[in-house]
Amino acid sequence: MSKYYLTHLQELESEAIYVIREVVAQFDRPAILFSGGKDSIVVTHLARKAFYPARIPMPLIHIDTGHNFIETMEFRDNLVDELGIQLIVGSVQAAIDKGRAVEEEGINASRNELQIVSLLDAIEENKIDAAIGGARRDEEKARAKERFFSHRDDFGQWDPKNQRPELWNMFNGHKRMGEHFRVFPISNWTEMDVWNYILHENIPIPSLYFAHEREAVYRDGTWLPNSEFLVLREGEKVEKKRMRFRTLGDITITGGIESDADTLEKIVEEISATRSTERGNRSDDKRSDTSMEDRKKQGYF
Amino acid sequence: MELLRFTTAGSVDDGKSTLIGRLLYDSKSIFEDQIEAVKKSSERKGLTHVDLSLLTDGLRSEREQGITIDVAYRYFATPKRKFIIADTPGHIQYTRNMVTGASTANLALVLVDARHGVIEQTCRHSFIASLLKIPHVIVCINKMDLVDFSEEAYNKVVEEYEAFASKLDITDIRYIPISALNGDNVVNRSENMDWYKGASLLDTLETIHISSDQNHIDARFPVQTVIRPHQDEYHDYRAYAGRVAGGIFRTGDEVTVLPSGLTSKIKSINTFEGAIDEAFSPMSVSINLEDDIDVSRGDMIVKTNNEPEVGQDLNVLLCWMATKPPRPGAKYYLKSTTNEVMAIIKEVTYKININTMEKLDEDTNIKMNDMAMVKMRTTRPLVYDEYRKNRITGSLILIDDTTNETVAAGTIHS
Repeated sequence: MSKYYLTHLQELESEAIYVIREVVAQFDRPAILFSGGKDSIVVTHLARKAFYPARIPMPLIHIDTGHNFIETMEFRDNLVDELGIQLIVGSVQAAIDKGRAVEEEGINASRNELQIVSLLDAIEENKIDAAIGGARRDEEKARAKERFFSHRDDFGQWDPKNQRPELWNMFNGHKRMGEHFRVFPISNWTEMDVWNYILHENIPIPSLYFAHEREAVYRDGTWLPNSEFLVLREGEKVEKKRMRFRTLGDITITGGIESDADTLEKIVEEISATRSTERGNRSDDKRSDTSMEDRKKQGYF
Repeated sequence: MELLRFTTAGSVDDGKSTLIGRLLYDSKSIFEDQIEAVKKSSERKGLTHVDLSLLTDGLRSEREQGITIDVAYRYFATPKRKFIIADTPGHIQYTRNMVTGASTANLALVLVDARHGVIEQTCRHSFIASLLKIPHVIVCINKMDLVDFSEEAYNKVVEEYEAFASKLDITDIRYIPISALNGDNVVNRSENMDWYKGASLLDTLETIHISSDQNHIDARFPVQTVIRPHQDEYHDYRAYAGRVAGGIFRTGDEVTVLPSGLTSKIKSINTFEGAIDEAFSPMSVSINLEDDIDVSRGDMIVKTNNEPEVGQDLNVLLCWMATKPPRPGAKYYLKSTTNEVMAIIKEVTYKININTMEKLDEDTNIKMNDMAMVKMRTTRPLVYDEYRKNRITGSLILIDDTTNETVAAGTIHS
């Protein structure tokens, strides 16, 4: 075989770097949406590679629900320091205090949907015209229909039936005043690719992804971490578990799995044997068959 | 492990969903919670079978109408390769979606019903694969169980396809008799068809030789952006960032920057991991030149003595993708590699009947899903290759400057 070929991870990396460079070339004020989860960490790592030896030429935006894992916040602050770039925080608590958003009520209340208001506010206040995210087509069926360059109207809304076709490797970033784009450089990656890449590149990730002891409550088929925001329901009890998280989000909706995987190698092994999707532990996606689509149309990540 | 991108097309009942479902399921790429969700939705809809299309037809309107609206990308991997399937619907906006799926594919999977043989849709899909220069085609002759796994029935379809394939510009065409429903020759060799001595479909997908599909002769580097760190330790640093679109670049190579024609030498090829000796397509790198010359986004760095075309008059095969026809005399943004110029469609030379490959020179009114050969004129010189030589430097899209929509895809013929 010729030596002039790339492995699948090298090809995916090259594609993502190409997409990130297109964003910087085509837009005036791009930013990276950073959640502290593995996918946005990988996107940030790719952005660093894309412009090396220069710094990443755009800020990170973090939408802070106020319900955070401490480990995620520490990780975020250290990363921003190391990269020497700006961090923009969009606060859901501030939006609630200002009356821009209203806290949900009821037993399934969460601040998941309220993030949309803070996200769109942060984009508008900072005049962001392209927000780069770590969403992948394999993780959710509405996301399977996303483009690399996903157009949003001046209300930040997504119109899935009327998307621009994307051909070869040409991305159309033309837009009107007030409109913006969401861009997804790792669209073609699967969960397995992300983990193999983290392992291959030895990218630091929050300790929450590795097996650790933690207090948790079993609810709806997943282990919800105990926190000051958790309200126990009848019959529920807090237990100590050896567990880890497959995805990271707001602490009140992110469930973990029982696991002994405490190294990247063991995580990759565990994921290759697993028979359920990573978002199966996210209560935000279980609300209905099309809950992701409904949120995305309004402006969600 | 290599990456293979392939496209499929087909209508509701030719077994395409079943085949894809089987590939995903047998390679363990469908998770239990996904299967559970699809089973429940199928039951709610009163279906007697598990409708695998519900796995990716996720949009509300798709689920309501039971149709796929546009290209769905699906992913699976075996220990040997990773695959990306661009799954395109057969019924609505078929040309637009097939062209989109085909534009990035190394391989096309054409499904033929063993009972019906080559039909219009088979031709259409194959012509698009040929026009978009997909290097490999696998013709799956499906539903062999319904023709008693007969070798004679299989041979008849192969002969029909071969007769028609003489019109195609595809060198690598393979035939596999399968039954997607029962799994014959999909992952494992079928016990019902001893007469078939070839490999199973998955085996073929895993082993088909794709590393020489890339053009490694004509070195092309479209510049995306210029890297200039505003940091003291990199005071005069200036590198051109891009993805190699063809050929191999080496440190010390003499290069020409187009369209300016200025020349220099490659000082270094850089990546995050450090300088490398050579870069080939499709690698993303940055390049330092020996001389301080004017290079910016949209320029192309090429090897001196192997230069692409530079010109303003093009013959382009367009696939029209917008609901509104082209406006007479209108200027469009023309995007090719990282370059963007304005262009007009001067003349429609002929349209192509995509079912028969016939040229139609009577009717030259372009409508959605039409393929048409046109003459275009650009406001500034464009750097390009013929599409048959390079699928990246030979392709373009047109963007309407009033709506910002992508209205057409084009391959450059001269």
